Amino acid sequence: MTSAQTKVFNFHGGLLLDDHKSVSTSRPIELAPIPPQLILPLTQHLGHAAKPCVKVGDSVLKGQCIAKADGRVSAPIHASSSGKVVAIEPRAVPHPSNLKTDCIVIETDGRDTPFASEPTGLSNYHSLSTDEIRQRIQDAGIVGLGGAGFPSHIKLNPGEHSVETLILNAAECEPYISCDDMLMREHADAIISGLRIMQHALHAKSCMIGIEDNKIEAYQALLTAIDSSDDIRLVRVPTRYPAGGERQLIYSLTGKQTPTHGRPAEIGIVCHNVGTAFAVHNAITKGEALISRVVTLTGSGIPQPRNMHVRIGTPIHDLLEHCHAHEHDIGQILIGGPMMGFKIDSSAAPVTKICNCVLATHQRDIKPADNPMPCIRCGECTNVCPVNLLPQQLYWHARAQEFDRVQDYNLFDCIECGCCDVVCPSRIPLVQYFRFAKTTIWRQEHDKEKSDKARERHEHRLERLEREKREKRERHNRKKAALKKEPDQKEDPKKAAILAAMKRVQEKKSATNKAPANTDNLTAEQQRKIDEADARRAEHNKDNNGN
Amino acid sequence: MLHVGYALVPGTIAYAWLFGIGVLVQILLACVTAVIAEGLILFLRKRPIKRTLADGSALLTAVLLALAIPPIAPWWVIVLGTAFAIIFGKQVYGGIGYNPFNPAMLGYVMLLISFPLEMTRWPAAFSLLEQTPTLQASLDVIFNAGLGIDTVSGATPLDAIKTQLGQGMDIHSTIISSTYGELFGSLAGVGWEIVSLGFLIGGLYLLVTQRIAWQIPLAMLGTIAVLASVFYLIDSARYMSPLLHLFGGATMLGAFFIATDPVSAATTPRGRIYYGIGIGVFTFIIRSWGSYPEGIAFAVLLMNMAAPTIDYYTRPTVFGQSRD
Repeated sequence: MTSAQTKVFNFHGGLLLDDHKSVSTSRPIELAPIPPQLILPLTQHLGHAAKPCVKVGDSVLKGQCIAKADGRVSAPIHASSSGKVVAIEPRAVPHPSNLKTDCIVIETDGRDTPFASEPTGLSNYHSLSTDEIRQRIQDAGIVGLGGAGFPSHIKLNPGEHSVETLILNAAECEPYISCDDMLMREHADAIISGLRIMQHALHAKSCMIGIEDNKIEAYQALLTAIDSSDDIRLVRVPTRYPAGGERQLIYSLTGKQTPTHGRPAEIGIVCHNVGTAFAVHNAITKGEALISRVVTLTGSGIPQPRNMHVRIGTPIHDLLEHCHAHEHDIGQILIGGPMMGFKIDSSAAPVTKICNCVLATHQRDIKPADNPMPCIRCGECTNVCPVNLLPQQLYWHARAQEFDRVQDYNLFDCIECGCCDVVCPSRIPLVQYFRFAKTTIWRQEHDKEKSDKARERHEHRLERLEREKREKRERHNRKKAALKKEPDQKEDPKKAAILAAMKRVQEKKSATNKAPANTDNLTAEQQRKIDEADARRAEHNKDNNGN
Repeated sequence: MLHVGYALVPGTIAYAWLFGIGVLVQILLACVTAVIAEGLILFLRKRPIKRTLADGSALLTAVLLALAIPPIAPWWVIVLGTAFAIIFGKQVYGGIGYNPFNPAMLGYVMLLISFPLEMTRWPAAFSLLEQTPTLQASLDVIFNAGLGIDTVSGATPLDAIKTQLGQGMDIHSTIISSTYGELFGSLAGVGWEIVSLGFLIGGLYLLVTQRIAWQIPLAMLGTIAVLASVFYLIDSARYMSPLLHLFGGATMLGAFFIATDPVSAATTPRGRIYYGIGIGVFTFIIRSWGSYPEGIAFAVLLMNMAAPTIDYYTRPTVFGQSRD
């Protein structure tokens, strides 16, 4: 089937950009030489870092697993050539933060000896269960090669969702990048084979391939490769950045919107990149791990832009050298395209699984960024936003650090495609503000979580101390009560008698003391008289007694 | 900004042609004042002067204010108004992009409230005058304390209707009366209707070249037209015809050039529609039942205040939040 029968839905906004792709598509994909050193970061994917399973000094062979996946959301790393592990240490890696992360460094021996016990390829993948296919794909270290690097075996597991459509993302909408385009031109059969394997793994009812209408050769190549099958629909979508964004492509092809905080699987769709399909084909039918990928080397800093099959871990400066680029002429190196790519500081950083393009710009083409002018709320950014956000409002609130407001304006739906940056007449780096707001909110949430935990711990401790104190007191009381109770029963009559006697005495005392008698305040004269009378009475009593 | 300037040309030429070069003098005075005021404040605020002035926003404010006030007002009116618009309407808030109100309209309203006499003496179209005033006479009016102002001024159509309604005379009688009848042309006021058409042409140019958002002028003009038609049908003796509403007064200038100022307007696509409707409603209310014959400036300022709230409640549905 061809695109003629398929309606294409237009997503909101987007931009028609100069694609600059033809500069790198004039020559076939070249095989990059084995570099003297391979630098293999343990994190080349989303999820947990792989755990090294080799030691410094070990000899490794091409395709040998050197770091195992850590859990389900992770991917193993394989040696992309034979040699010796010389270091496992932090090295510069292509990452926006430009921080160093742990890498396994292999000094290559140039022999490229393959690993002996590689799982053999299968010409008929139907003999494998879908679980076995996923296992092999995970073992081959395959991750999304379009840029996100999400472990592919997870995306090939439909879980509780039934997959209606498997979409192959062949749009490659970002300027300069042509690795998918060239891969399709040269390896269309392998890509279609990979697509079939993925369809089998997902039990997907149908497949669609979305390709931008500026890739005529690639389109023809795929059309030829599909030939008889009628459940793969090859659809040309208008060339409009970001047509290759996953959600945008899904919408263009099916008219379905992926829920903002959900995954495409929820609407019965799974989307994979053509590079991933190629890697899946190699893993299943040839038993090859993901140890190389196609990389576009382009930009004004590279005399002859081209695409190359590059071993994962090849340092970027080796590639630049191979292309006769002079490093001192290069003003800036971007990994990825000009829209969503990021700048790296060190050309010693290696090519990773998700590195689709090295965009090296000549020094003379680096223009100092204009100072941004104030936002005049013209709304151009709203017109081009493919997610239908209000970048001008997001900017306003992000600048004021009103993070609640920013989230009201759906900050986290921003895909950071950069369309708003391009059209802003005031040259405001909007996406930078949005990234800043996102990371600040994440940090705040992280801090809050941490402080919540700390507070909880503290409260727990206070509660525990209180409880312990209470229990101690209770124990003490119980003991005291027990001690008291036993003697009480024995000594009761005696004690009671004593107590009663004491009480009586007390009462008597208080009774005598109570009412003021007329004898209380006597003069000396009166007292003397009383004393005399008493004495007489005593005399008298004595006398009487004597009788 | 440059193109907005171009778009003002047809209306301005018609204005000068039909009502004298006073308007051009006012524009010149306003521009000079705006540049000086903006430059001075930028200097005090230690902001880039040249680059900011080059954006043309101060000049645009100046031109719009000059077009809004009577062209035969004394020179100090426009100087004061422009300085106020630039300094208090814009720079005190932090300059372009931060002003909540349309600076030109803020200046206009300040002038209207402070100097009602100067701000309500409008020129009569040349065709209504016994003899076309000389250049010297026009300049005298502005620079020599209104010397000879009676020879050039006359009531505007909206003015005449409002005054006559106040005296118990219905609109039909005003339009056909011997005193005021000559003020009314085929669409609205003699002269004014041509100026309005000039601004309409310029506005359409901005619309077609997508330099202004279509929602605001369309919603505003539509609202005025609908409200005016409804009330005109109910009681044509008390309510002006839709044509008078659209082509008399500053409706066209307001709809295409003033209400569309992006900084102080609503910014969401849907919000801009509500914003335009709001201006239309307030304009109609003030014109029909208020004490001022014209209400666009007040309507714009009122809606400026509402813009942030409108924006908040008219956020577009984000991709993926609606089903299909």
